[in-house]
Amino acid sequence: MGKKKRSVPELNSSSTADISFILLIFFLTTTSMDTDKGLARRLPPPPEEHQEMDETKVKQRNVLQVRINAMDELMIGGDYAEVSEIRERAKEFIDNPNNLATLPDKVAKEIDLFGTVYITDKHVISLQSDRGTSYKKYFEVQNELVAAYNELRDELAKRKFGKSFLDCSEEENLAIRTYYPMKISEAEPKNYANR
Amino acid sequence: MSKFGKGDKKEMPALNTSSLPDLIFTILFFFMIVTTMREVTLMVEFTVPRGTELEKMTKKSLISYIYVGKPTKELRGKMGSGTQIQLNDKFASLAEVQDYVYQEREAMKESDKPFMKVSLKVDENTQMGIVTDIKQELRKSWALNINYSANSRD
Repeated sequence: MGKKKRSVPELNSSSTADISFILLIFFLTTTSMDTDKGLARRLPPPPEEHQEMDETKVKQRNVLQVRINAMDELMIGGDYAEVSEIRERAKEFIDNPNNLATLPDKVAKEIDLFGTVYITDKHVISLQSDRGTSYKKYFEVQNELVAAYNELRDELAKRKFGKSFLDCSEEENLAIRTYYPMKISEAEPKNYANR
Repeated sequence: MSKFGKGDKKEMPALNTSSLPDLIFTILFFFMIVTTMREVTLMVEFTVPRGTELEKMTKKSLISYIYVGKPTKELRGKMGSGTQIQLNDKFASLAEVQDYVYQEREAMKESDKPFMKVSLKVDENTQMGIVTDIKQELRKSWALNINYSANSRD
C-alpha cells in the first residue's frame, strides 16, 4: 500500500437536528411552565384540651365575625353584607383609627423603627363557613381579608418610609408586620344546612 | 463575460444547516430550565379560584399537592361524578391524607421538614365541607403551612 493520505469521511450529522427536535418535544409535553401561586395560610396546631378556654378569653370587641352560609350569603358582625364591603369593614376593624369602644382596644407596644405605638394587638378576624359554602366564595372572602391587611400595610409603609410595602427592606417589613399582624382564624365549620 | 450562455446549469448551493442542531439544543435547554416536571397525571378536573393578593410559591421541593375536584370524563363512569380527592396518582379517601403527609415528609431532607408546605388545588365549585375536613386532617398531621392555589385576576 502506498503512503497516500486518506481523508476520514465526515460524519453525517443531518439527523442531529431531528434528534434534538424529538427531545425538545418530549420536554415540552412532559413539563409545565405554570408557577404555583396562591394564598398562604398557617393552620392552628391540632386542638387540645385547654383550647376552648383560650377562645372564651378573647373579648367581644376584639373579634370580627365573618360568616358565610350554605347559600353563599355573607354576614359581617351582625348584619348581611356584600363581598365588596368586607375590605373597608376589615380595614376599619384592624386599624381602629378613631379608637372607638366597639372596635378592638389598642395596646402600647414597642416596635423597632416605630418606637412605642398603640396597636390593636389582640384583634381576631374569625371566618366561619358552612359545609355547604362554595370554595369560590370562601376564597373570595379570604382574598378580600388579605387585601385589607395589604392595603393597611402599604399605607403605613408610604406614611413612614415613603415607599410601598413591597419595596421595604427586611427590617422595615418586619416592623410593619408587627404593627399589623395578620390574624385570620379559620374556625371549624358549622353544619347548619343539615339541621 | 462567459458566465452567460454557458450550456450547463449552475446548481443552487445547499443551505448550510450545520448550526440547526445547536439552535434546537439552545431552545431545548431553555425549556429544561424554565419548566418543571409534571409529577402526576391529573385524575380530577378543577378550576382554581381567582384572586388578587397571591403570593408565589418558591421551592418546589417543599411542596406537596392535594387535588380536589370531580373525576375526569374518562373516569367518571367508574368513579361517579362526586367530588374526589387525589393524592399522587390515585384517588384517596379522607383517612389517607394523614398517611400521605407522613410519606411526603419522610421523603424530605431533614433540614427541610419544618418548612413543608401543602398546596390545595381545589375546584371552585367544591363545597367547603370537604375542604375543611382536609384541613382538619392536615392539622392533625402537623402540616400547618398550607396554600390555597389560585390564578391571578387583573
